[in-house]
Amino acid sequence: MSSILRFLSGVLIALRAVRRNKLRAALTILGITIGVAALVTVTALASGARESIGAQISNLGSNALIVFPRSARPSGVRSLLSGSRLNEFDADALVRESTSIKAATPFLRASGTIVYEGQNAKASIIGARIPYFEIRNWKVTRGETWTTTNEALGEKVVVIGTDTARDLFGSSDPVGRTIRVGRYPYRVIGVLEEKGPSPFGQSQDEIVLMPITTMRSHVITTRRGETHAIMMSATSAETTERAKKQAEAILRERHRIGEGGEDDFMVRSQAEFKAMQDAVLGALSALLVGIAAVSLVVGGIGVMNIMLVSVTERTREIGIRMAIGAREADILVQFLMEALALAMLGGLVGALLGYGAILGLGKALDWPMSLSMTALLIALFVSTGTGLVFGFFPAWRAARMDPVTALGRE
Amino acid sequence: MSNDPIIELVGVGKDYATEAVVVRALRNVDLTIERGEFLAIVGQSGSGKSTMMNIIGCLDRPTRGRYLLDGIDVTERSNDARAIVRNRLIGFVFQGFNLLPRTTALENVELPLVYRGVSSGDRKARAIKALSQVNLADRMHHTPNQLSGGQQQRVAIARALVTEPPLLLADEPTGNLDTRTSLEVLGLLQELNRKSGITICLVTHEPDIAACASRVVQMRDGRIRSDTRNPQPLNALAALAELPNDGENAVVTQ
Repeated sequence: MSSILRFLSGVLIALRAVRRNKLRAALTILGITIGVAALVTVTALASGARESIGAQISNLGSNALIVFPRSARPSGVRSLLSGSRLNEFDADALVRESTSIKAATPFLRASGTIVYEGQNAKASIIGARIPYFEIRNWKVTRGETWTTTNEALGEKVVVIGTDTARDLFGSSDPVGRTIRVGRYPYRVIGVLEEKGPSPFGQSQDEIVLMPITTMRSHVITTRRGETHAIMMSATSAETTERAKKQAEAILRERHRIGEGGEDDFMVRSQAEFKAMQDAVLGALSALLVGIAAVSLVVGGIGVMNIMLVSVTERTREIGIRMAIGAREADILVQFLMEALALAMLGGLVGALLGYGAILGLGKALDWPMSLSMTALLIALFVSTGTGLVFGFFPAWRAARMDPVTALGRE
Repeated sequence: MSNDPIIELVGVGKDYATEAVVVRALRNVDLTIERGEFLAIVGQSGSGKSTMMNIIGCLDRPTRGRYLLDGIDVTERSNDARAIVRNRLIGFVFQGFNLLPRTTALENVELPLVYRGVSSGDRKARAIKALSQVNLADRMHHTPNQLSGGQQQRVAIARALVTEPPLLLADEPTGNLDTRTSLEVLGLLQELNRKSGITICLVTHEPDIAACASRVVQMRDGRIRSDTRNPQPLNALAALAELPNDGENAVVTQ
């Protein structure tokens, strides 16, 4: 009972000492405050990024696959002239010959300036076939997609993204208007639903989609049937892996790549993209958390520093307390509690700052960021631990003082 | 309470090892102090009187010999045990007052009870009682820098008394005070000694102060040079009354 009372008194004495020296306390906790704020914010940033990517991947369709051309030269040097043998007839063959591929489309990409009555907008220009909408799980909210007839005849019709629509037409309806891409006019027949920015911040809604035939004859010149990639979707999420295997077999046969020969293409599934992005983000957030942890340690050293100074400054006080009956444990508790109180205060202030930063960044980046309870608990736990670890040495030094020396009685 | 002497030093010596030489601060001191004595230890600086005080106060350990406090050998006790001894058996009054700064008189006086684990209500009541004993109950919420030197020393005495120890150690308690205030403080100590029978051991280098004690031990070169009884100690309060009144009274007693 009496030792509990003595312990509580030690805590009270420590808190009073913190309160008495507000400026010093504020400077002492600064390191820990910054560390905890960084830790909380960075964790939220990383999980926000992951969630945001997750959302995009699901709206892309988890059973999507993409075939990229790859140079198979022994030198490994990629050159435009070496070219890729990937073409739009491969896309037809993939759907025809595989049991697990539901749809496929060749895909051309360029970028350019789109003009409507003196308004300019930069946009990606994509040429594809009708299944593109289904594969990318992308709906047209106003107007409609083009027809097979439009595609067969290479008619100048486009479907545009929401950002492009807003840039060129403001709030008025773009459907039925005519825009210009390069030298030619195109009729807008539909507007896509909004996708939001990509994981790396570019807008996905500054886009103009047109039939691939139109793209070939009016936007870029290509070799016959050339495609920048083939996008396809498996019949279901479960058959994605089989679709990938089949696509590889079909393309190797069509490109006459023998046993042991190197592929001149590569097939990537959405899941692999996600895994890659997760790996990159994981490494990034580990790095950031590491930096935050280092700043916490630096903060802890700051606390230790100030506590050492404080112990030296209060040598006489320690001597007085010892002379009137404080035991070593009493002095240890007093200074340890002071360090602990400072560290916890730093942790709390840091958590509050971090919460503010999360709200601000969440708004600015438009990411689903939230304060993670785990991160908060870890941050507070770590700052408390920091206080205990780095407060122990100064407190121990205070407790081990010789009363005669401390009182200046030598 | 036992009938042992309150303090018994037997062949006590203390050496300080410096870089080159060993300084013998105390050499083979034997001293017995009975309960209720008012003892003054006098001597020039370097005579070993402060070292002896540190040992008697359980702040320091002797290099040789035995020290029995209240019949118990405390020479080889642990630091914690000695802290408990200081808390329960000894009250300290220092030359520099040694009050905690920015802490009220009441809180300063409560402090020894804090380390005894007394509850805060009980603590406060006993601290107020001790402050009344030194006539400072009306100043209990003042901090040391709001108090005069004499008042600060009276707060220190209250802090020493609050645990009701059998022994009060005073090291140059009047060293920082003027004559009038010195006599006031001494009068207070004499009164405590007479009324409550507390043993007082006082270190001083002023013969005037030593004259107030009933026994005077003179130290030189780490040895006791003389140990004399003073059958008629100077009454400090009477001496105070005889001081010429030069108008400072109002300040002192205000």
